[in-house]
Amino acid sequence: MPPDPVGVGSAGEADRVFVALADPTRRQLLDVLAARGEASATALAVDLPVSRQAVVKHLAVLDRAGLVRGARRGRELRYRVRPERLDATARWLAGLAAEWDARLAAIKRLAEAAEPPRRP
Amino acid sequence: MAVADRIERDVLVAAPPERLWEVLTRPEHIDQWFQGMTTQVDLRPGGAMVLASEEFGKIYAVVEKVEPPRLFSYRWARHPDTPVAEGTATLVEFTLTPEGDGTRVRVVESGFTSTDAVKVDQARHAEANSQGWRIVLDDLRRYGEQHAA
Repeated sequence: MPPDPVGVGSAGEADRVFVALADPTRRQLLDVLAARGEASATALAVDLPVSRQAVVKHLAVLDRAGLVRGARRGRELRYRVRPERLDATARWLAGLAAEWDARLAAIKRLAEAAEPPRRP
Repeated sequence: MAVADRIERDVLVAAPPERLWEVLTRPEHIDQWFQGMTTQVDLRPGGAMVLASEEFGKIYAVVEKVEPPRLFSYRWARHPDTPVAEGTATLVEFTLTPEGDGTRVRVVESGFTSTDAVKVDQARHAEANSQGWRIVLDDLRRYGEQHAA
C-alpha cells in the first residue's frame, strides 16, 4: 500500500508481522510466551494444543518476523517476546493512517473549492 | 470482526455526495489528491485501476464496488509493480454519508493479515481466536489513530 513513508523494507517487515500475527496458534503462542517471560519449544508445547514440532515451526515464523528471539541456555534454546517489532509495526500503521489523513484533507479542499458551502 | 487489521479515517466535507463522488472517482481529481500519481480508472466492478508515479512505480488495483454516490472500493497491491492477488493486496473502501449540509467521507483500508493461509485458519479457528492478540492489534490500531494527526 504505497506510498510508504518509511521505505519498502519496512513495509516488508510489517507484512511479515501481519502474516505472523494472523495465525491464531501463533497469537496464542505469543500470549503464552509473554506470560512465561522465557520458554523452550518443549515447555511451550505443554501449554498449547499442538505438537512440539508445530511449536518449533511457529517459533521460526515469529523469529523471522522479529517477534521473538531465541537464546541458548545450556542445552536448551529458550525464546522471549521482542516488543520492538510490534512498536515498529504500530508506527508503520500510523504512517499509513497519516497518509490517509493527508489525502482526505486534499479531497476536502478539492470538493469544497468547486462547491461553496450551502447556507440554510 | 476478526482481527482488527485496519485503518479507519474520516472527514466532514461541505459539499454534496455527488460532488465527492466525482472527486473520488475521476482520474483528473485523483491525480490531485493522490500526490505524485497519474491515475487510470475503469470505473466498474472488476475494472482495472493504475496509479503511476515516478518515485514508486506503478500500483495496480482492481475496482470492487461502484455505487454512486455512496460507496467506492478497490483492492490495491501492497507493493509497486506487482499484480493484485489474494494475500498481497488490501481493500480500500470510501463511504459517503450525508451529514447536515455536507458529507462525511470515511475511508477504511483493511486486509493487512488476509493471506490465503490466514483465511483458512480464520475459518477453522474462528472461535479459538486468541483474545490477547486481538487486543494487541486493537492497540496497534488505536496507536495508529492517535499518532497520525
